[in-house]
Amino acid sequence: MSAHLEVIEPGLATTIQDLGRRGWQRFGISESGAMDPIALAIANALVGNTVGTAALEVTLAGPVLACVNGDIRIALAGADFAMMIDGRPVTSHETHDLKSGQHLVIGAARDGARAVLAVSGGFQIKPMLGSVATHSRSQLGGLNGGPLRKGDLLPLALPGLPGRPHLMVSPACRVRPNGPVRVLLGPQDDAFSAEGIATFLGSDYAVTPLSDRMGCRLEGPRVAHAGAVGIVSDGIVFGSIQIPGNGQPIILLADRQTTGGYPKIATVISADLPRLAQLRPGERLRFQAIEEDEAIKLAREMRRQIDRIGDSLIEVRGGSDLTSEHLLASNLISGVISALEWVQADVATS
Amino acid sequence: MTSDALYALPRFRRSGDAALTVEVGDGIAAEVNARVVDLDRALTDRALRGIVELVPTYRTLLVCFDPTVLSRGDVESEIMALWPPVAPEGQLRRRWTVPVAYGGDNGMDLDWLAQRLNTTTDDIVARHSAAEYRVYMIGFMPGLTYLGGLDPFLHVDRRPEPRLVVPPGSVSVGGQQAAISPPLPAPSGWHMLGRTPVRSYDPRRETEPFLFRAGDLVRFRPIGSAECAALERAAEAGEIIAEKEEHTA
Repeated sequence: MSAHLEVIEPGLATTIQDLGRRGWQRFGISESGAMDPIALAIANALVGNTVGTAALEVTLAGPVLACVNGDIRIALAGADFAMMIDGRPVTSHETHDLKSGQHLVIGAARDGARAVLAVSGGFQIKPMLGSVATHSRSQLGGLNGGPLRKGDLLPLALPGLPGRPHLMVSPACRVRPNGPVRVLLGPQDDAFSAEGIATFLGSDYAVTPLSDRMGCRLEGPRVAHAGAVGIVSDGIVFGSIQIPGNGQPIILLADRQTTGGYPKIATVISADLPRLAQLRPGERLRFQAIEEDEAIKLAREMRRQIDRIGDSLIEVRGGSDLTSEHLLASNLISGVISALEWVQADVATS
Repeated sequence: MTSDALYALPRFRRSGDAALTVEVGDGIAAEVNARVVDLDRALTDRALRGIVELVPTYRTLLVCFDPTVLSRGDVESEIMALWPPVAPEGQLRRRWTVPVAYGGDNGMDLDWLAQRLNTTTDDIVARHSAAEYRVYMIGFMPGLTYLGGLDPFLHVDRRPEPRLVVPPGSVSVGGQQAAISPPLPAPSGWHMLGRTPVRSYDPRRETEPFLFRAGDLVRFRPIGSAECAALERAAEAGEIIAEKEEHTA
């Protein structure tokens, strides 16, 4: 049998994602794709893939994978997850080699909610409608149109360890933004009363456990409509915020339905979309309306950031072995506490 | 509805920094939707660099663009420059005939609707299959086809509580609208009158995964269970079993 990753435990909701399926929304096909495209770009850059190569998106609690019949280089980027190779803790935002027979355990998210695991060369999976992105509701993409299942075999496109140095991402690229989620009002802000808009922009909202890749459901002060709660159904973009009859906002995400009939009060700016992937149930957020020029400036900055990910990679000498350079690097990248955990755990297992 | 529903000029609604919703008219009307279809085609033909996706719906066209390449102002100027968009001469119009097995397990709300409207199930089937429908949009999920042209006698409010799952291929009505479900289980608050073996979406039909598009015409043809089973097998084998005629508009 050819080289593959075997799914020993699938994790909470682990799916194969790329940059999504664009151009089919007119036929009712959801865009899908990685919820945090910056994490996808970083993970892929680390293992030498092009930014949109398909990878595994892990959510809150990750999978256990066995490497079978071939070696592979891997990297996890995005939220900070506990991770181990054959019982040895390893850090995210850095490459590691997974050798034939080794197990990779991706545990719980310590901060944020989603990360992307890229493998050098990517997976050998047939695209559907131009993409391998999984959309579970349409039974489209991935291996079987759904999340990973126990026993799934993910075929590796180009097994083998690349003959190049191990890499990590400069700490500057790992800063997670906080502060309010920035929006542009519209397209149907006129469907809300002035009071409704003031409530929406002036209140704290909590992420509910019903949130998923389709939508982030919020709970908080009720946003008042000006009149009817329905509109004639129209198209929806990533980041549209609709307000159904109960007045509780729903931010529509990568797996959103393509059309909808609730009025949309505002749209999250492009540059803040990756943040939505990292919202955890119970987390609170606030919205801030900004000007369009500012949103465009921020969109261009994000594009530059993605284009320059290659420049932010740092060589890690000695690879995943326990060396002083590596310790220093881990210290830099993960902060003192996780580096200490790393050392203690390593001592415990050696 | 009359053409009063059409706006003289498009209304632009901001949908974030990477999209624009172009509203061409008010309400659910064939001439409004026809203008959406014409604008969709005109912009597709312009092939403007930076436009990444166009989504036609009842009365709006969603234009998604790359904000690092185009601004909303650029897109608005392009649309104003080609306003009003017109359909090219000699354009082909497609009319589909879609077989439907009505009632029973295939259409669990047919009896309810007949009682609700104080008529017979045969009358409902006759009215539903006599109309010519226009495809207004495909949306919500893959291949879900929204139709206008429902006999006003059959206009009934949606269910107060949506069903979490309705059978694949359901043919249903809700409010002024009718719909054809794709061969996928889906939630719905509409009333299920029948089921079609036609697959509005089948990813295995690589060159033609979707049958219908906005602007097509649809008629329903009642069939019995034996024919339905035979057509089901043909559809399973990948055949497009809906009959298609093309004529110049």
